[in-house]
Amino acid sequence: MSQATQTEAVREDGTITGVSGPVVTAVGLEARMNDVVYVGDEGLMGEVIEIEGDETTIQVYEETSGVGPGEPVENTGNPLTVDLGPGMLDSIYDGVQRPLDVLETIMGSFLDRGVDAPGIDLEKEWEFTPTVEVGDEVGPGEVVGTVPETESIDHKVMVPPTFDEGIVAEVNDGAYTVDDPVVVLESGEEITMRQEWPVRRARPTADKHSPIVPLVTGQRIQDGLFPIAKGGTAAIPGPFGSGKTVTQQSLAKFADADIVVYIGCGERGNEMTEVIEDFPELPDPQTGNPLMSRTCLIANTSNMPVAARESCVYTGITIAEYYRDMGYDVALMADSTSRWAEAMREISSRLEEMPGEEGYPAYLSARLSQFYERAGLFTLLNGEQGSISVVGAVSPPGGDFSEPVTQNTLRIVKTFWALDSDLAERRHFPAINWDESYSLYKSQLDPWFVENVAEDYPELRQWAVDILDEEGELQEIVQLVGKDALPEDQQLTLEVARFVREAWLQQNALHDVDRYCPPEKTYAILQAIQTYHDEAFAALDAGVPVEDIRDASAPPRLNRIGTTEDYEPFIEKLVDDMTEELRGLY
Amino acid sequence: MKEYRTINKVSGPLVFAEVDEAIGYDEIVEIETPAGEVKRGQVLESTDRFVAIQVFEGTEGIDRQCTVRFLGETMKMDVTEDLLGRVLDGSGRPIDGGPEIVPEERRDIVGAALNPHAREYPAEFIQTGVSGIDGMNTLVRGQKLPLFSGSGLPHNALALQIARQATVPEEDEAEGESTEFAVVFAAMGITAEEANDFIDDFERTGALERSVVFMNLADDPSVERTVTPRLALTTAEYLAFEKGYHMLVILTDMTNYCEALREIGAAREEVPGRRGYPGYMYTDLAMLYERAGRIQGQEGSITQIPILTMPGDDDTHPIPDLTGYITEGQIYVDRDLDSKGVEPPINVLPSLSRLMDEGIGEGLTREDHKGVSDQLYAAYAEGEDLRALVNIVGREALDERDNRYLDFAERFETEFIQQGYDTNRTIEDTLDIAWELLSMLPKDELHRIDEEHIETYYVEDAAETVGAEAD
Repeated sequence: MSQATQTEAVREDGTITGVSGPVVTAVGLEARMNDVVYVGDEGLMGEVIEIEGDETTIQVYEETSGVGPGEPVENTGNPLTVDLGPGMLDSIYDGVQRPLDVLETIMGSFLDRGVDAPGIDLEKEWEFTPTVEVGDEVGPGEVVGTVPETESIDHKVMVPPTFDEGIVAEVNDGAYTVDDPVVVLESGEEITMRQEWPVRRARPTADKHSPIVPLVTGQRIQDGLFPIAKGGTAAIPGPFGSGKTVTQQSLAKFADADIVVYIGCGERGNEMTEVIEDFPELPDPQTGNPLMSRTCLIANTSNMPVAARESCVYTGITIAEYYRDMGYDVALMADSTSRWAEAMREISSRLEEMPGEEGYPAYLSARLSQFYERAGLFTLLNGEQGSISVVGAVSPPGGDFSEPVTQNTLRIVKTFWALDSDLAERRHFPAINWDESYSLYKSQLDPWFVENVAEDYPELRQWAVDILDEEGELQEIVQLVGKDALPEDQQLTLEVARFVREAWLQQNALHDVDRYCPPEKTYAILQAIQTYHDEAFAALDAGVPVEDIRDASAPPRLNRIGTTEDYEPFIEKLVDDMTEELRGLY
Repeated sequence: MKEYRTINKVSGPLVFAEVDEAIGYDEIVEIETPAGEVKRGQVLESTDRFVAIQVFEGTEGIDRQCTVRFLGETMKMDVTEDLLGRVLDGSGRPIDGGPEIVPEERRDIVGAALNPHAREYPAEFIQTGVSGIDGMNTLVRGQKLPLFSGSGLPHNALALQIARQATVPEEDEAEGESTEFAVVFAAMGITAEEANDFIDDFERTGALERSVVFMNLADDPSVERTVTPRLALTTAEYLAFEKGYHMLVILTDMTNYCEALREIGAAREEVPGRRGYPGYMYTDLAMLYERAGRIQGQEGSITQIPILTMPGDDDTHPIPDLTGYITEGQIYVDRDLDSKGVEPPINVLPSLSRLMDEGIGEGLTREDHKGVSDQLYAAYAEGEDLRALVNIVGREALDERDNRYLDFAERFETEFIQQGYDTNRTIEDTLDIAWELLSMLPKDELHRIDEEHIETYYVEDAAETVGAEAD
């Protein structure tokens, strides 16, 4: 246990005076703001959210049917905390870090109330290998040893950030449970493999930097046009059916992060089940190990209690921060932040707070920025570097981006992937609208792309953007006069743009090969399309009619590159064939 | 049981009474009027001084002289296998003149949340016999797939057709009748006439024997509508997960349900969300829709088809909008197609089935299903775009390729979507019709489909001139 609880006496219990949905009021409870309390005879978990005189308002994380006035309330004296230690990866938690697999064995298929379970297994023994020796000086955040947590990840045991600097007095090599001391300092302080941390407080770091390395997503439109940095923030807003969840899941599967924390916040139960079933099967494209061995899932589905939905994003980011403190690059996906905002709204309206825009509480914007600000590239307390990238899905009502959650999110995040129901309807996936989306990381990340992918990467990207822009303008004219009324060169531009859209931007998340596209391939496909562009316009200049160029049989094979595994020889042959065919026309 | 005669406020569907003991949240209440009429309600807010009660049967006739009894338990549904074949009112009491229901179990109607870890991902194809659904937006067992419709559209005919024809084909041969669905039908605020259509059809086809019908009609108390779907789903859960039935739950009309929620919210003077609907409507709807699904190691399943009429055909209205964010897709019933005479008038473009990909393909439906469906979508969308253009420039201004797409879109509606409410197409039929239409387009336009499938299924003489051989 953390020191805080030992110094505090058990506080007086209070009594319930009112119940309205997830909001319970009690008197006689001497609690501080955000203390965790146990409510009613069944001991439902709740959190103090308002204090007025003797009356305390509590949000309860479980269903409150049947709870009535007069029942007791017990105060734990602690804010909502998570247990941090080995065993969090390859796990699935609810919004207050109760492991769902453990809950299933305790209470069956349906979630009952009043059952608590520790976030990490307290019985299990882990093999601890120290990296310090007796007599070494260690400070807060410093790594004292490692534990093989999963195939992919070595869990690093650190000096808690609340400890003072000290000299190592004792080191215990071998198998221990998370509560056994593995390192003891001369001051008598014991370091275990488990730390507790209040979820609403960011874990401390030394410094924050501007990120310069991309989080490679394996998705062409994201890596190619709108990249996100390791330590960056992104928002994916879109109406229902536009593919938010598929996009989020593709990121969780293929992004080159060391650790992925995936928060299903107020979304569908079956979607979480899909992740639980898929991730242990799928290999991580970087290491080849099952994806689950680098993933921690937090599932608070839409029918689970609303207050726990409010807390689940904090639970997730705190776990992410813990792995960042070990020096890992962590990617956190929150699907969907709108449900989180709605949970805030629901609690707020039950408290009868004065509403802000569209009924959301006035502190919506502050809460969103606090959350996204926990992302970033950091220098850690121990001098190493670690990062958290945050990707938040937003579900705007009616697909209207002017609503408060989208707008407040856009003020904070630097990458914006706007999903479009028009594209989704014609099954253009990922349905990211290239006109509306943006990335403010482009210039920061270009040096990396130039060095690691291709020297003309930024130029080629700009070429694609220009073609798409031109197409957008031409399409407006086509809507009025028809395609055939356009001059031939413009007709040909439309043809090139079609390949950019269909062969490059579209990507099939369900195809075994196409679902992951390394940046080199992203570059190569676009380059092949550019070759087509150059050859086609050369033919046009030589007097070949646009119909003949359009009817050429080789260029449609551009559409097949994405699904071809061994793409290099395929492109080589295709480029030769296209060149030969188009040059043969004149 | 203590009786109170302490009502001090009646407002819309709500009654406030003073109490001097602890009353549990959500507890059931009986209110007896001086005339002897007993009304039931539920505790919406409980404090140590007063309780707020939502009365299901309407508050008319309630005065300060009424007696209030707290039953000390939350709302329960009496469940038994014998409910199959019965017609109940919106509060779960039989209205078909049949025998008393002897419950095997009494279940809390709120329903606990299903642990996502215990769920099984739905992947069994349900053949509804409707091409617009099977081919383009496949339904699978354990899915929740709503019909987004509008006033005056034939959503009921479509729902009935699905209820009548739905089977899981592969097991058909092996296990005989075991794959038939049992139906729970919950009517919320629909007219007696509409309700009769359903009942008559159930009786005519013999489906009533394996159905449980809950009826809250348009003139029944609106507040009762907030419990009707919960009773229905509790019954479905019992039959599915205790008795191993595959349940198809039809909830109609969810719009009326949401109106009732709004009514209660307004009476409680809550801070309203969009368009006056309560801020917790998303959560409330999720508590219903998420009760569809499959459980690992359990025989039964619950598939949900909620029906909602979009006010003004506007899918950004909070009811369809929040529904779409919870359900696993949606089927649009379209006014234009309806006026063209297409039966069923399913507009596939905005429709979607999120669970489709797991339920189709080799061994499930057919190996070309995914590609064919994607290609149909892309081609139909292109045809639709061209229609807008034709209105301005005329057909002559379009080239041959564009004209083919226009023809394709037309035939897609009149041959693929159009089938009538009594035609039951197998998935093979549906895909074969699709290939006939796709073969109007040159092979190298079909880049959503694997080349080997094009070789197998493409109908060579359908297109007059086919471009260069695709390789």
